[in-house]
Amino acid sequence: MSDDLETLREQTVQALAAATDQRAWDAVRVGTLGKSGSLTALLKQLGRMTPDERRTRGAALNRLRDELTRLIEARGQELEAAALNARLAAERVDVTLPCAPEAEGALHPITRTIEEMAAIFGAMGFQIAEGPDIESDWHNFSALNTPSHHPARTDQDTFYLPPEAEGQPERVLRTQTSGVQIRTMLGHEPPIRIIAPGRTYRADHDATHSPMFHQCEGLVIEKGITLGHLKGCLSDFLRAFFQMPDLPVRFRASYFPFTEPSMEIDIGWSRRTGQIGAGDDWLEVLGAGMVHPRVLANCGLDARQWQGFAFGMGIERLTMLRHGIPDLRSFYESDVRWLRHYGTSPLSPALLHEGL
Amino acid sequence: MKFSLSWLRAHLETTATVEEICATLNTIGLEVEGVEDPGASLASFRTARIIEAVQHPNADRLRVCQVDAGEGFERVQVVCGAPNARAGLHVIFAPPGTFIPASGITIKAGKLRGEASGGMLCSLRELGLGAESDGIAELPEGTAPGQSYPLFAKLDDPVIDIAITPNRGDALAVRGVARDLAAAGLGSLKPWLAETVEGRFDTPINWRITFPEACPWVLGRVIRGVKNGPSPEWLKRRLESVGLRPVSALVDITNFFAFDLGRPLHVFDVNRLMGDELTICRGAGETFTALDGSEHVMTPDDCVIADGRGVQSLAGIMGGAESGVSDGTTDVFVECALFDPVTIALSGRRHNLHSDARQRFERGVDQALPPAALEAATRMILDLCGGEAGSVVSAGAEPAWQRQAHLEFARLETLGGLVEEPDHAVHLLEGLGFRVRECDARHVVVDVPSWRNDIATPMLLDQQPDLPPARAQAAAEGAAAIDPEVDLIEEVLRLRGLDSVPAVSLPVGNAVPVPAFTPRQGRVASLRRQLAARGLLETVGFSFVAQDQAAEFGETPTDLHLLNPIAADLDQMRPTPLVNLLAAVKGNAARGYPDLGLFEVGPGFGPEGQKLVAAGIRSGHSPRLPGQAAQPVDLWQAKADALAGLAAMGAAMEGLGITTDAPSYYHPGRSGVIRQGPKLVLGHFGQLHPALLAARGIDVPVCAFTLYPDAVPEPRRKRRTPPVLSTFQPLKRDFAFVVTADVPAEKLLKAVRGAERNLIVAVSLFDVYEGDKIPAGHRSLGVEITLQPMDRTLTDAEIEAVCDQVVAAAQKSCNATLRG
Repeated sequence: MSDDLETLREQTVQALAAATDQRAWDAVRVGTLGKSGSLTALLKQLGRMTPDERRTRGAALNRLRDELTRLIEARGQELEAAALNARLAAERVDVTLPCAPEAEGALHPITRTIEEMAAIFGAMGFQIAEGPDIESDWHNFSALNTPSHHPARTDQDTFYLPPEAEGQPERVLRTQTSGVQIRTMLGHEPPIRIIAPGRTYRADHDATHSPMFHQCEGLVIEKGITLGHLKGCLSDFLRAFFQMPDLPVRFRASYFPFTEPSMEIDIGWSRRTGQIGAGDDWLEVLGAGMVHPRVLANCGLDARQWQGFAFGMGIERLTMLRHGIPDLRSFYESDVRWLRHYGTSPLSPALLHEGL
Repeated sequence: MKFSLSWLRAHLETTATVEEICATLNTIGLEVEGVEDPGASLASFRTARIIEAVQHPNADRLRVCQVDAGEGFERVQVVCGAPNARAGLHVIFAPPGTFIPASGITIKAGKLRGEASGGMLCSLRELGLGAESDGIAELPEGTAPGQSYPLFAKLDDPVIDIAITPNRGDALAVRGVARDLAAAGLGSLKPWLAETVEGRFDTPINWRITFPEACPWVLGRVIRGVKNGPSPEWLKRRLESVGLRPVSALVDITNFFAFDLGRPLHVFDVNRLMGDELTICRGAGETFTALDGSEHVMTPDDCVIADGRGVQSLAGIMGGAESGVSDGTTDVFVECALFDPVTIALSGRRHNLHSDARQRFERGVDQALPPAALEAATRMILDLCGGEAGSVVSAGAEPAWQRQAHLEFARLETLGGLVEEPDHAVHLLEGLGFRVRECDARHVVVDVPSWRNDIATPMLLDQQPDLPPARAQAAAEGAAAIDPEVDLIEEVLRLRGLDSVPAVSLPVGNAVPVPAFTPRQGRVASLRRQLAARGLLETVGFSFVAQDQAAEFGETPTDLHLLNPIAADLDQMRPTPLVNLLAAVKGNAARGYPDLGLFEVGPGFGPEGQKLVAAGIRSGHSPRLPGQAAQPVDLWQAKADALAGLAAMGAAMEGLGITTDAPSYYHPGRSGVIRQGPKLVLGHFGQLHPALLAARGIDVPVCAFTLYPDAVPEPRRKRRTPPVLSTFQPLKRDFAFVVTADVPAEKLLKAVRGAERNLIVAVSLFDVYEGDKIPAGHRSLGVEITLQPMDRTLTDAEIEAVCDQVVAAAQKSCNATLRG
């Protein structure tokens, strides 16, 4: 290579090394390879040379052009990478900064328990029935074989509302959701399988009683339903609800005006630790019985043809047992700390196939 | 009801332990509420004798005693501070390791002021048995040392407390409980027979009944020359064991029979009665002072017992103070009657008087027992108080209580689910006192015993009045046929134990069940989930609230005002859960949590009745963030919550409109009503009225919304056509319209949306401007439209045409002009 080419090469290499930003690099590129660049100027001179000179000189120039193009390109990429690195360094943030908080909602534990009951009884072919909170005396008591003088009525402190029209009997806030059962028997021909979860009211207020609470009652009226089915159905329910296939369940004879035979149902637990399914103690969780023939008759069903069973349970009570909630009153206090603690995500509804 | 084991054993021959007895009671429907064994915690206390007592060398008030406490403790040195600790005294000794109930201390051997002390001498108070604290207990002279103290003091008699269900009046008697236990196989019932006491003279007082509906039968007799005083120890102890305070022998005897046989009795002091007749009649406005000192005005629905002076007893509930017996009583008239349960129940409730007599009469007492019970009571009075008995006088007659019941053995299985040998079923019934009248392989007919007022009772129905007569008739006949049989099935099952019935899972018709929810219930579940997913916490509030708070949110008709509220601030059925939610905001703010979102789905009550209401509330501010100050909650969040809730319920969102006539508890200029068409209101939203918040003392911003799930029309279940997915790019165009300030944005957007139905697929508002660049009283609304060509690229002319249509529609509907 002739000296002038060598010099040009040297100068360009130096200039490239000196170029530390895009603009300086571009100046070198244009100053070398551009229209009026130094190399371009040398190439232009070829035309005036003899063919021999031109061949030799041309080949050298072409080599030099290729080499400089490569060097410029490489330097360009180097600078680009450096620029990107600088930008990335400048864009660095403190990734440990917290995200903007999003309020998390939750469903009330009572809602959750009702949904679980619906899922479990639903699998046994039950439908969910509803009825009004304000009931007639007949729907709440008389139809259920509980006449006004019945001692059972003194056990239930009932809230009363004025009659709808003068001369009519007072209305009651339902003390149980049994009125829904009555309406169902009056409105539908058996077979019937329903549960009726809902608000109920009793004039009682202390640490273990709330003037309003929730009950879930159930009713099965079909031909051939026996007390054995009652036991099977409610054992199946309790074991599914508490997720313990061998939960001890005990059936004790008792009395309700609207069922006969009547019983109370206990589950095994430990009084000392509060653990369900362990220990030697028993805890009452349900009342049940075969529907009383008089209740059937009050609703127009012939007890010679139809029989079945009914049951009732406290939703708060079962919720407290299931989740270890210590205080009944906290259910209604709307304390956001409590609601967040015991509430459940709306994105995991009670589905049997996913597990309750 | 409480009873002691020894009392039970007076009627029941059994070798069963307390645990076995309790387990059986639970099984047969006499639920055990508790067992108290006063002796169990005192088992290590022993009787002892002080052999020698000398002054403590280092303490004035202490004595050093040598005590003989029997085997293993023949000579124990005990330091004692009691003034009465002296040689020869019989005492109670607590060896080391004994737990002292009154102080909660466990005794240890040790030294007191340098003298060894190997136990403690106790007072009764320290054993939890009495108030005496003036020194240590002194046992009778001659008490052998080394006996277990509870055994010596006869404290080893556990008391069982059982719950009696309202049907089992017969179990309000120790004998009734014993009979049930014997029938369940836990021993045998001891025979009981009352010895007749011949009258020595004619009883000078006669009965008259003028209220036979309330009292079909009454007996009585005078016993004269009695001496009333404290009862003997055995009787006192019996009564104390069931929680009764002994009064005097005559009173204690009546109480004894109330518990022993379930047979209430009453004794009048003859010398405090006037005239020779006691009349059982209706009350007539008299003021009556009961034995407990309470005063009551008698009504014609009350059954009373009156002498020549006036009312002496509220029959079957409580005797009168005027004619009660006292220590000075010498002549006594014993009353033994049958009273109608309903009359007693209603009377007792009317006067709020509770007594053991009422409890038994309102459940029904043994209808054949009065003569025998009167004889037994007479005998006991003569034994304990002396005197001589007069003849028995009576009025009315033994009612016809005899009833029969029938059982088809097959029904034990087809209703009760129990396979049972017919012979065994009959045996169980006989154990309860049923007498077999007729029996074969298929069925049995029994006589119901006189004490079982809950079996085969008269058919009382209260049928729904609108039932077709034929249906009602058939149903009534069905009940009459089945009812007594079910009574007997229940008896057999409870004696066998319900645990002996095999559990059978419910047969399921379909392996895959139909949905348990109705579509409506499903929509409400979706609504709940949507609201919770938006960050709201679900609450459950009482359906009744304070009336003044309810009034701020809607009508509070008097027929929704509770007649017997439990508290003054829980007296009105709420019109909406918003009442509770606002109170919850205040409560949480007071606890230091003012920034929150809550919702409740529950009933609201108004003049049109009960309806389901979903209400939500947001209060306070958003959290502060780097570079961003806390933002107050605003109505847009509430509006977004409401619309999201409606969408979750499948409302037709395209067809919804907003009007500005929201209820008055909202800010009038920052609230809206969500409507579908002109009439149907689906809900409302807005900022709550500042005056309401100020009145409640709430100083954070609050927005709220309400939805009426039942107002949302059920979505049509039509099959949806597949979407047309155009391959051509959509394009957007912007417009700035100037309208007068009273034109709602929604109206303009609807007009634009409707300008061209095929190409315009979306319309959105991107700017609102009010200010000096446009005329006063106007505002500029920036609207973006999206055009979606379906089959080809649009030409400029076509786009131009659509834009012209948009401008024309806006002009026509809202008098809008394009901003220059």
